[in-house]
Amino acid sequence: MRGILGPIGRWLNLRFEPEDSVLAVLRHPVPAALERPVGWWYVFGSATLAVFIVQVVTGVGLAMAYVPAPNSAYESLQFISNDATLGHVVRGIHYFGAGAMVVLVLVHMTQVFLFGSYKFPREANWMSGSLLLLATFGMAFTGQLLRWDQDAFWAIVVAAEQVSRAPFVGSFLASFVIAGQNVGGATLTRFYATHVFLIPAALFGLLGLHLYLVVKRGISEPPVAGERIDPRTYLARYKDLLGRGIPFYPDAAYRDAVVSFLAVLAIVVLAVVAGAPMLGKPPDPTIIVADPRPDWYFIGYFALLAIIPNGLESVIIIGLPTLAFLFLFALPLIRPTGERHVSRRPMAIAAVGLGLIVYGALTIVGFQSPWAPLAAKGASLPTTVLAGLDPAERNGADLFLRKSCFSCHVLDGAGGRRGPDLSNIGARRSHDQLATTILNGQGGAMPSFASALTPQELADLVAFLGSREKR
Amino acid sequence: MMDRRRFLSRVTLALSGGIAVLVGAPILGFLLAPLFANEPDTYVPVADLKDLTTGDTTLVNASDPSPLPWAGQTAASALWVRRLADRGASAFQVFNVNCTHLGCPVDWRADAKLFVCPCHGGVYYADGTVAGGPPPRPLFERAWKVENGKLLVKTQRLQTAANKTG
Repeated sequence: MRGILGPIGRWLNLRFEPEDSVLAVLRHPVPAALERPVGWWYVFGSATLAVFIVQVVTGVGLAMAYVPAPNSAYESLQFISNDATLGHVVRGIHYFGAGAMVVLVLVHMTQVFLFGSYKFPREANWMSGSLLLLATFGMAFTGQLLRWDQDAFWAIVVAAEQVSRAPFVGSFLASFVIAGQNVGGATLTRFYATHVFLIPAALFGLLGLHLYLVVKRGISEPPVAGERIDPRTYLARYKDLLGRGIPFYPDAAYRDAVVSFLAVLAIVVLAVVAGAPMLGKPPDPTIIVADPRPDWYFIGYFALLAIIPNGLESVIIIGLPTLAFLFLFALPLIRPTGERHVSRRPMAIAAVGLGLIVYGALTIVGFQSPWAPLAAKGASLPTTVLAGLDPAERNGADLFLRKSCFSCHVLDGAGGRRGPDLSNIGARRSHDQLATTILNGQGGAMPSFASALTPQELADLVAFLGSREKR
Repeated sequence: MMDRRRFLSRVTLALSGGIAVLVGAPILGFLLAPLFANEPDTYVPVADLKDLTTGDTTLVNASDPSPLPWAGQTAASALWVRRLADRGASAFQVFNVNCTHLGCPVDWRADAKLFVCPCHGGVYYADGTVAGGPPPRPLFERAWKVENGKLLVKTQRLQTAANKTG
């Protein structure tokens, strides 16, 4: 190597002496077992780091053109997306990179969890990693708000409302989030500084600590069923293992490079093909026809907020994330020893499986949003519903649409999913029962329409619903 | 008796802490002062009375009386005004557009006489009381007054579950 570089290499080598510092770290020994295919499980931390660097680079680029003021941010984003050379690609990389960060951090943690690598003596690796997860979520959320469109504006309001549920300090936190008494001129710069300086500073610090610990404590050996962690013997056993180890660079690092390359390639291809997400309507608080949704990885949490029972909301909005994080953070202190292999830890498999199923289900429900009434605009009844109606029933069908019944009820496969399907309601309810339900509403789910219907309108609507019978 | 080394160590730590206090105090004050500002307490005009039909619920805009120069669109906000009578102390109900669940903007469906929230499906009656869904309380109402043929509405901080003026 130095032979190729010649005198310059020798000069540099004498000045920097990388052999016992940088190169020594790069070549630190890792367990020889990582040369087997099992080593491919160890790549996700490096891939996360690679995508993080992508985020830093594209983020700096975006910050060169983004104007973090409420009267200009939307226009500057349109400039970046539509006019600036390669602007939509850079924004796209930053967007897909954000999703990749969230996914990769979680995949990395899941792998570490299932391999039992968080146990002694690597508890602090895990704890610093769980703080990095928190910082990643913070970046993902604040980043979505910098996409200063209508969704971002209302997401800030929703964020303030959520933190306001915290006991004692809720009101203060809400003001802190929006940097004042209302979402206004001071709010966007607050989020900008948080996204660009505050959380990244924490990220860099935590990342330094995390990498220091990875090298200092060494990469965990692949778990073997029946081999329990015993703090009295583990360190000596691991030292012995490393004595027969392989250098991280390049024997193990090439796999990290392969997966990192594929991850970044996927991000760039998505950015070029799909591009950055379209900006929504401008962040104008007076446009109240809105349908605010977070980015896809937070949709499951958004769904949770819709389905938690009344009365438990403040407890769940504040308590659930806090408890979940504290549990994650403290996990290695709760289970520092014992079996590492997943075949001896059925609870670990159950936890991961349950987590995936629950959050996956919440995500699907979140995209469907069955609790949200359909927009009134542009709705129309299926033609099968309108066939063969007498004049009163026909009027009832019009009322069903106009009075927003259709927003929450399905008829012949079309309509809102919030309330029950009414395609066959005529067979199940008498006219009197129908009228009573429409007038009085039902148990906090269905509003009373007593003030919204004249007696004739009610009679027509009941006649129409009474004719809904599957033949 | 404290030896020289221990004394120097304490001096170093104390001076470092001093640096943190010297810089931290003004920064914290700068960041936190706006949060303790008094509640805005002025009335701003939102509509001419002739534009508000009795029996109807209408969307109006309210402007922040003293916005930051770069506030742009965020200097305005929207309100729902329900006119119940031509005059009198109960002629109007003025609602914040924010759903009391998590703050999304509710839309008025005149035919159904309901406010509907797009986020998690909160529904309110015309008088702001909860008709269904997750909202924990009725829509927040604003104080209002009539002057010179105009409806004026009192400014207010963002209303949340923890921080309610009304």
